[in-house]
Amino acid sequence: MTMPYYVAPEQVMKDRAEYAQKGIARGRSLVATTYDQGIVIVADNPSRSLHKISEIYDRIAFAGVGKYNEFDQLRVSGIRHADTKGYAYSREDVEARSLANLYAQYLGQVFTHEMKPLEVEILVAELGNGMRPPQLYHIAYEGTITDEDRFAVLGGETEAIVTALDGAWSATWTLEGALRAAVGALAGAERTLAADDLEVAVLAEGNGRRAFRRLVDEELVALLG
Amino acid sequence: MSLPLFSTTEDPGPDFAGLIRRLRVPTPPLTGSAPSGPGEGFRHGTTVVALRYADGVVMAGDRRATEGHAIAHRAMEKVFPADRYSAVAIAGAAGPAVEMVRLFQTQLEHYEKVEGVVLSLEGKANQLGQMVREHLPMAMQGLAVVPLFAGFDLARRTGRIFTYDVTGGHYEETEYNATGSGGRDARTTVKLGYRDNLERDAAVELAIQSLYEAADEDSATGGPDLIRGIYPLVATVTADGFTAVDEAEVAERFASLIERRRTEGRQP
Repeated sequence: MTMPYYVAPEQVMKDRAEYAQKGIARGRSLVATTYDQGIVIVADNPSRSLHKISEIYDRIAFAGVGKYNEFDQLRVSGIRHADTKGYAYSREDVEARSLANLYAQYLGQVFTHEMKPLEVEILVAELGNGMRPPQLYHIAYEGTITDEDRFAVLGGETEAIVTALDGAWSATWTLEGALRAAVGALAGAERTLAADDLEVAVLAEGNGRRAFRRLVDEELVALLG
Repeated sequence: MSLPLFSTTEDPGPDFAGLIRRLRVPTPPLTGSAPSGPGEGFRHGTTVVALRYADGVVMAGDRRATEGHAIAHRAMEKVFPADRYSAVAIAGAAGPAVEMVRLFQTQLEHYEKVEGVVLSLEGKANQLGQMVREHLPMAMQGLAVVPLFAGFDLARRTGRIFTYDVTGGHYEETEYNATGSGGRDARTTVKLGYRDNLERDAAVELAIQSLYEAADEDSATGGPDLIRGIYPLVATVTADGFTAVDEAEVAERFASLIERRRTEGRQP
């Protein structure tokens, strides 16, 4: 009988983290930021059918980067959680915080107990109301959860994007201003991103009960200028 | 509550009813048996009507709920948006009917979010048929729910109406239909005034007239309540989606209907 080699727990965690980070870094980044009327989420995603951003509930949106099948499974379970909760209790009882916590627990569980960590980073965004400011919950592959009230950047190499947005962010941004800054930060110095390379959605007042809306075609082109 | 995750063989897909069954969320009594027969204690009675017109469909319903011979509720809503492009109206036992609508609304939105596309109008009508069918055991004991479903078919660019029976069978109507205890009177009224491609105003007027006549003949259908200011609900579904007709407009139309009959020397 052969004994398995002893590997220090620190090393196991380090290897897993490295594995997940590598997987995430292969994909492209995503930015979400608040503006005067709500939240805009911008993904560097040329696909028109494989979405990185989607609707969870009336005032909650989901975004993910990394391995598509993994974050899509999380997206669907988020919709299931929210719809079930809204059906069993009431629509106003569905909130992003509890969903973000569930995601964090699940990601943490998989990271420590499964063979392979999930190669994803996800965002749960909730539009504010009179009582609460808008909230962006950023959840990393190992279950670390951070809440942002200005902007969030998801992806592998985010430092340059964070720096760019940090300098530009303003509480009084209009949709146009926020979108252009987000796209500029995503593109970096060497690239330019056109409407065809982007997936953009907003959570905003004025869309009725369901605040989530995708910005596509002429509307997006006009906003990008 | 934990994150609802399923293995690939157990996955309910975009089916919300299947999801809550798996999660064992207490569901409305769409199946199972009723505690006793109909009559006292169960809310019944209604007239709901739908008719096609040039831009889509008009749907309208009275506001009265009855328990036996007593009026249980004077301002009940029986016409609901099912989603952006369809509406559902209910007749029959109020409790299960309202629950069925809530489940149906959630089901449509759930499908749309999970799949990323909207169900076809035909698909929505089928879904509702399945819910009515599941309800059959209770219907056999007197708690029947008979919905009326109408919407704007985005693929065919036209309004469509579906009626149901208690077994979940559904039938497409080419022009109009009405259900509930006053449905017969409402249907006759619409039949006399119906033309192909009516204008919106004429269609709304006809729907209002039909409810007026139904309330006149059927004790379980409420007419316009001028004293309390409660009027039937009227909605249109067109290419622009579901729109509730303003209560002021409905009130105005009832007032002028009554006025017109007086001046013509007819019984109002």
